[in-house]
Amino acid sequence: MKSYSLPDFLIERDDSRCIRCRVCERQCGWNVHSYDAEEDKMVHNEQDCAGCQRCAVFCPTKALIVRPHPYGYRPNANWTKDYLSDLKKQAETGSILLTGMGNDKSFPIYWDHLVLNASQVTNPSIDPLREPMELRTYLGRKPDRIEVLEDGTLKTVLAPQIKLETPILFSAMSYGAISFQAMESLARAATEFGTMFNTGEGGLPRSLRKYGKNAVVQCASGRFGVDLEYLNTGAVVEIKIGQGAKPGIGGHLPGKKVTDAISETRMIPAGTDALSPAPHHDIYSIEDLSMLIHALKEATNYEKPISVKIAAVHNAAAIASGIVRAGADIVAIDGLRGSTGAAPKSIRDNVGIPIELALAAVDTRLRQEGIRNQASIIAAGGFRCSSDIVKAIALGADAVYIGTPALIAMGCTVCQKCYSGICNWGICTTNPYLSKRLNPNIASRRLTNLLNAWSHEMKEMLGGMGVNAIESLRGNRLHLRGVGLQEWELEVLGVRGAGR
Amino acid sequence: MVRSGSGEVGQSLFEIDAKGLPYVDLNAKVRAAAASGAKKIILQNVCGQRYIGTRVYPYGPVEIEVYGTPGNDLGAFIDGHRITVYGNAQDGTGNTMNSGEIVVHGRAGDILGMSMRGGEIYVRDSVGYRVGIHMKEFGSKCPVLVIGGTAQDFLGEYAAGGIVILLGLHQDSTSPEHKMNFVGTGMHGGTLYIRGELRPQQLGKQVTISEVDEQDQQTLDRYISKYAAHFNLPKKQLADSGNFKKIQPTTKRPYGHLYTH
Repeated sequence: MKSYSLPDFLIERDDSRCIRCRVCERQCGWNVHSYDAEEDKMVHNEQDCAGCQRCAVFCPTKALIVRPHPYGYRPNANWTKDYLSDLKKQAETGSILLTGMGNDKSFPIYWDHLVLNASQVTNPSIDPLREPMELRTYLGRKPDRIEVLEDGTLKTVLAPQIKLETPILFSAMSYGAISFQAMESLARAATEFGTMFNTGEGGLPRSLRKYGKNAVVQCASGRFGVDLEYLNTGAVVEIKIGQGAKPGIGGHLPGKKVTDAISETRMIPAGTDALSPAPHHDIYSIEDLSMLIHALKEATNYEKPISVKIAAVHNAAAIASGIVRAGADIVAIDGLRGSTGAAPKSIRDNVGIPIELALAAVDTRLRQEGIRNQASIIAAGGFRCSSDIVKAIALGADAVYIGTPALIAMGCTVCQKCYSGICNWGICTTNPYLSKRLNPNIASRRLTNLLNAWSHEMKEMLGGMGVNAIESLRGNRLHLRGVGLQEWELEVLGVRGAGR
Repeated sequence: MVRSGSGEVGQSLFEIDAKGLPYVDLNAKVRAAAASGAKKIILQNVCGQRYIGTRVYPYGPVEIEVYGTPGNDLGAFIDGHRITVYGNAQDGTGNTMNSGEIVVHGRAGDILGMSMRGGEIYVRDSVGYRVGIHMKEFGSKCPVLVIGGTAQDFLGEYAAGGIVILLGLHQDSTSPEHKMNFVGTGMHGGTLYIRGELRPQQLGKQVTISEVDEQDQQTLDRYISKYAAHFNLPKKQLADSGNFKKIQPTTKRPYGHLYTH
């Protein structure tokens, strides 16, 4: 059937600058650029252009501009270009719209309506360049009270804790969804900086097991790559119930992406669809969840904290309470803007609630119930900069997961084609020609640079508020004020309006 | 030989009295026994303790005999152990098991063998709902479930590999009909062999039913022999009492045409 779709992007090539080096042609996995030998010029077919900017960045003479196509549709506030082109695709295929990355709709971003405090006159601010400033964070169940023996040693037996040098972990991204090189980069950066990466639900390749001390290993509904060795390799075991980008549904890694290497790590035959069922079929209730939490504690001899990750949904607070009571040591909550390698667009853009509201509601609820100390909270989904993270800590998070920022640091431009298997930046692909262009030496450096920069900024902000440890900010909502928010929003967030 | 409490009976034989022990303590004792070199561990008076065998890592493989009624997730995640239950097993038996063998001299509950990747489970009688759900196979690993009686709904749901054999001995052999529905829903790998009447409307949409061929017969012979040996039953009678049907998925990519972009 003839497709009525217009291209998403327009490519402008300045022929006076083009030196026919054909870099653009080699860099593009979508085969947009080609060389016409007869005419001795570069030509392009922008129909398949993803707008990933790989060609524009690597063009040595900056002869290329790739920008959103101006289109010819009549402007319409209701029937925007997205709705028109999506609808046409569905009329042509009869299929579910698939997309990648996080929700790109203009839902309110509460981080932009929260402002931080700073010390003036009455208590001095602290300069982190001159004075020690602590970001070190321990995740895991904390005791209700502590008993100390006369010689000063701890009598209370602590539950297993993990130590982070900054309250930032890399989000779950599975091998198969991302390339081996991307996973190695995350693992190396986490190890070097003293934080954690997360295997996602696709197992941990053997050659990366040496980074196990800095790995959160996931156990999801598909149980891919899950065995006792894998569980005991990681520092934390995370039960993945849900994901912010697609609450309530499972995942399908298409058979064509299940290569031999992926098949070995996931422990499934090559070429078969890797189906993660929507629920864990051994978990239909909080009691069942408790059973798996304790099964994993048994499997790891009570040596590792068990995390449970859920998508932020309407009843997140009550669900989190159940998760803590079920025995989880960490609760991870992934918000509306959380990202994914592939999700139905209708789900990604419409299901779940913003992380700011979910996080505040969960922290409040656990405090009210007197069980906040029993589990650490990791917030995920939608962090763009260090101040977003500082605000999340003040709202009650112990730490945050960053996924999209880590991908962007490695080169991602959020073109949303992750599901396709083609990623010109070598991140979200298992095609060896494309993935080998991501150099883990460089990518891990870019990641540690990001962690360094954000950690420095966080220390500056803490110092400005007059506190010298992240622990003093945790859940301290008096350091926040709301701007441009309604009463109910301030109430859920538990913050006062600015000026109050 | 049986002593109160627990202790070493022979050089590599341990016996533990599970009476009144919380599962955490019982499993710690089992782990300690395996760590000290036990090859066979006998658990007496088991009553509802969960996760038996799960904590025995990285030791073993060991042989565990369970007398009484174990709790849920018996043998979850195990890698190479052999567990024999002289009684009924509950839900989640063999959950995400990697290798080894579980033999149940009685019946077993729901999600038996969920997500198991290797090893064999033999249940003398019938089993509950969602048995064999999301079983998978990989390389030389191919999980096998052999069930003497019948199963409840969703047998083999989401299966991505492995073999499930239902002997249909639960009823009078003149009318061995099965009551379960949604057999093999979402299945995209593996094989179910079922003896006894099964109507097409009891099957999921993703599977087809066919006659067994010679190779299937060999597979069945092999596992029926083992079943007969485990439960000390005459093999000839088990093998001869009726014909098997084979149920397999129509595609290994059931959702291949679901998406556009």
